[in-house]
Amino acid sequence: MKFSESWLRSWVNPKEQTAELAKLLTMSGLEVESLVPCASPFERVVVGEVLSLEKHPQADRLNCLTVAVDAGQILPIVCGAPNVTVGMKAPCALVGAVLPGGMEIKAAKVRGIDSQGMMCSARELGLAEDSAGLLELDPEAPVGVSVRDWLELDDQQFTLKLTPNRADCLSVRGIAREVAALTGSPLMTPVFDLAKVVTGMFQPKIQLDAAAACPRYCGRSLRLDSPLKATPMWMVRRLERAGLRAKSLVVDVTNFVMLELGQPLHAFDATCLTGNITVRWATDHESLTVLSGQSVELRTDILVIADDSGPQALAGLMGGMQSAVTAESTEIFLEAAYFSPQALAGRARRLGLTSDAAFRFERGVDFAATREALERATSLLLELAGGVSGPVEEVVLASMLPSRSAVEVRPERVRRLLGFDLSPQTIEEILRRLDCQPRWQGQVWSVTAPSYRIDLEQEADYIEEVARCHGYDRVPSLLPVMPLAPLPTAERVRSKSSLFQQLHDLGFQEVVTYSFVSQEAEQNLARQPSTLQLLNPLSSALSVMRSTLAVGLVETLGFNLKRKQERVQIFEWGRCFHSGHTAGLPYEQPLLLGGLIYGSRYPEQWGLPTEHADFYDLKGKVETLLPTAAEFSPFNHPALHPGRSAEVFLQGKSVGWLGELHPRMGAFYDLPRMPLLFELELEPLLDMPWPEYRPTPRFQPVRRDVALVVDEALHASEVLRVLREAAGNSVTDISLFDVYQGVGIPSGKRSLAFCVQVQDTEKPSTEAELETICRVLVQAAEARLGAALR
Amino acid sequence: MQDLLALQEEALILFARLDTPHALEEAKARYLGKSGVLTEKLKALGKLPPEARKTAGAAINQVKTALENALQNRREALAQAQLEEELRATALDVTLPGRTPGRGAAHPITRTLERVQTLFRSMGFEVAEGPEIETDANNFTALNIPEDHPARAMHDTFYLDPGHVLRTHTSPVQIRYLQAHPLPVKIIAPGRVFRCDSDVTHTPMFHQVEGLWVAEEGVSFAALKGLLIEFMRAFFEVNDLQARFRPSFFPFTEPSAEMDIGCVICGGDGCRVCSHTGWLEVLGCGLVHPKVLEPLGIDSERYIGMAFGLGVERLAMIRYGVDDLRTFYENDLRFLRRFR
Repeated sequence: MKFSESWLRSWVNPKEQTAELAKLLTMSGLEVESLVPCASPFERVVVGEVLSLEKHPQADRLNCLTVAVDAGQILPIVCGAPNVTVGMKAPCALVGAVLPGGMEIKAAKVRGIDSQGMMCSARELGLAEDSAGLLELDPEAPVGVSVRDWLELDDQQFTLKLTPNRADCLSVRGIAREVAALTGSPLMTPVFDLAKVVTGMFQPKIQLDAAAACPRYCGRSLRLDSPLKATPMWMVRRLERAGLRAKSLVVDVTNFVMLELGQPLHAFDATCLTGNITVRWATDHESLTVLSGQSVELRTDILVIADDSGPQALAGLMGGMQSAVTAESTEIFLEAAYFSPQALAGRARRLGLTSDAAFRFERGVDFAATREALERATSLLLELAGGVSGPVEEVVLASMLPSRSAVEVRPERVRRLLGFDLSPQTIEEILRRLDCQPRWQGQVWSVTAPSYRIDLEQEADYIEEVARCHGYDRVPSLLPVMPLAPLPTAERVRSKSSLFQQLHDLGFQEVVTYSFVSQEAEQNLARQPSTLQLLNPLSSALSVMRSTLAVGLVETLGFNLKRKQERVQIFEWGRCFHSGHTAGLPYEQPLLLGGLIYGSRYPEQWGLPTEHADFYDLKGKVETLLPTAAEFSPFNHPALHPGRSAEVFLQGKSVGWLGELHPRMGAFYDLPRMPLLFELELEPLLDMPWPEYRPTPRFQPVRRDVALVVDEALHASEVLRVLREAAGNSVTDISLFDVYQGVGIPSGKRSLAFCVQVQDTEKPSTEAELETICRVLVQAAEARLGAALR
Repeated sequence: MQDLLALQEEALILFARLDTPHALEEAKARYLGKSGVLTEKLKALGKLPPEARKTAGAAINQVKTALENALQNRREALAQAQLEEELRATALDVTLPGRTPGRGAAHPITRTLERVQTLFRSMGFEVAEGPEIETDANNFTALNIPEDHPARAMHDTFYLDPGHVLRTHTSPVQIRYLQAHPLPVKIIAPGRVFRCDSDVTHTPMFHQVEGLWVAEEGVSFAALKGLLIEFMRAFFEVNDLQARFRPSFFPFTEPSAEMDIGCVICGGDGCRVCSHTGWLEVLGCGLVHPKVLEPLGIDSERYIGMAFGLGVERLAMIRYGVDDLRTFYENDLRFLRRFR
């Protein structure tokens, strides 16, 4: 909402200066988004009248003028403006004036001719970006008067960022009411005479067929004498400073009244209407070409103003082209109606139309000010254009108008919600100033909101008003007091931040990427590409909900490779998305952790060979993150190298995967080498094992090594499984410590060397017992895996 | 006697000159070995008369002790020298870089989220989470934003299907949590939110932390102010941080407020970051609207709720002086490494 300070002050004129007024508005919830002067500072520029004009003897484009600038004072001025004429009034900068931009006016000779001042354009006064010639002033402008005063340039434009609940402040009157309530200054409502009514004008019957959507409709005919008359400058200025361009008198007056009183009006060309006026829901297959030129296909939830020939306007939104007033229209049918917010809600957005009227109706206009606005507009039009008006035809369905029921406000509730004591006098005074008619009834106030405050419904709403007008800054800040008790903290579950700390220590930098990706990237990198398309994506690159973190990781790698980052170790955690069912939603949204490593195993270091990180580097990091030993088995993922990817199982349950990117994808993403990726469910990583105490054995553990020659295709995990099954109680651990192929090993075979840890708890193990233990293991491997002792 | 002293003198000079353990042991043999000079002299004592034998024996033994002491000292000195030489030879350039797997760090948004969570946990708030694809009902209707309400225009919403949206704020966690937990409730809900808006000051995804405290005691507008001012002071580590509350509008709170803090960049004098106002808008808050509580079966006469929602990117930008929001989602490692 934009308006000029001078307009507001014509309604309410508190002692607060501009800056204080702005602060007052902001701190009362009407946030001042900007406050700009209507003109840059300049002085000694007055209304000048061109008395005579002669061509400059030395220059084709210059004229020598005489200009009257004050009673009896006439100045010679050389002027180059193309639009200068005798009798014209324009701003004249006197000697000594300093114009915006710093130009100082001095007495001078211009090509030999005396010039004692300068005639000014709008641009030279800082009033416009560009201008073709002198700023032509009203012929009425009195010579010698300061241009600042004549054009009311010592004024400010306020722009308010209004919240949707404050529809009442979408007018100068509304803001003035607010200022009056906050400051106690009186509201000065302009008085105007009701127009005299003549009979025999176009007087359609008005029928309200959509009672809830339009319970009040006022219309009247006007016959204007001179609709082409220019809109007066004072009105043009108020419109312009409220952000509207002047168009033609009738349109300007309807806009002016809307800005002044908050009630949108619509003017039809009465000669284009036939028969009666009906406010009704449209039917399917009806259409209307509106003022913006757009043809709108109507539906049954669009409210229209129709005459006997069909829809003539989208009610409260935009008029139709066919019945639109033109600058020449003399027969006008002027409408002021109350359309309910529900009748307009969302329609403008859906139809791709915007209008100041719809903006107001959607938020709620004052249902009691309909007729007043019509009278105000009539009075202005007849005053400015001359003419006559017919009677106001008003139809009201009182039972369908919004109701204003009394609400109880309890002093105790005010105290409890706000948390401090406010005197009953203060509360009552605030409610009274807001026109809520507080009546004390012994224990409570009974309050009723004025018709323009549709946002006041419940007690809490009034309590907010009390706090707001008293000043939020005057509400004390209290530290809350609460019973002290520890928060539940499960020791078995580590925090996410400790997991992330571990990732940082393993060398991973965290990244955060968008939750929506391109369909193509999903096709490339997901195991089961997401089908969760956004209905209204910003772009195709951000159109599908991700099913995997791999997309963001690979794209981040690409982004950084282009910036010469050759070693990239990154991770991201966050939700991914699939169809399914969780939390009462037809979507699964698991929390995942994903990582990527690329480039050298270690940061470049003088004492280490530069080797690229491989599968086992990543696997080692993943194993470190897993709370307990996991199983890894070959995995089939279309975006991964089929022989270098594994599925990860914790306690028999699949929790994710790791692997090397498929070379085909690497080529697609233009990667010189293949990155390694992992993705795990996040929650299982937080479940830490509980320490299980056993007495520490008194005897030393003993180690025996066993090397077995097996088929090279046999997985090490299989051999380990067989050995562990065969091992007795005294074997505490079997681990693989060497893999060998080459001299001494038949081709197609490999040697796997295992370390067997033996720990007897009762007595030290004897050599004979150790030999038995190893023999049992070797025999099991021979029998079940065809292994041979090396 | 004279020759004994000369012998001692000669041996001591020799020992001091020898610089290897091997040469020293050879020299020892020459004097103290089986047929060494002193050993021979001791053997010869038997041929002396008894009274002369005693005096001469004592003299020889005195020289022997002196030589043995000298030998021992020299041995230790040589061993020490050898060790020192070995240490010298194995010295490293300790200024060369060490071996490390490298170290990563948290993204600045996560870092900020964790800081916010730590502070609120210290005030007894539990951390709750909710889904990012939400029902239209939880995201809007249950929060007193009916369909086609103008407040919906404040949220440019991404739709999955007509009934499901990408949550536009973390407030629907309030609804889910209140449905599932007994009162009193005191939570914060951090997470990603989405709005279809992308320009210099908007990214289509960003982060919020929602706060909700519903209780019979302790909750009021004055307490809300106090709590949030203390939080901001702790977050920015500025004890005299200025704050102000302005009336605002959220359909799910009444009264509603926006909180500004005194600009921490310019100290309130006015700068580019605060648009020369001296104030930075940091969060929205209020008392939970009865129209949110009542449909959940909560007696709004008995229980009062406070709620707030803060923008994580905004806090991170102010805290770390990041001047371009979009930087957070480019994931340029050169930027992220600044947050080690």
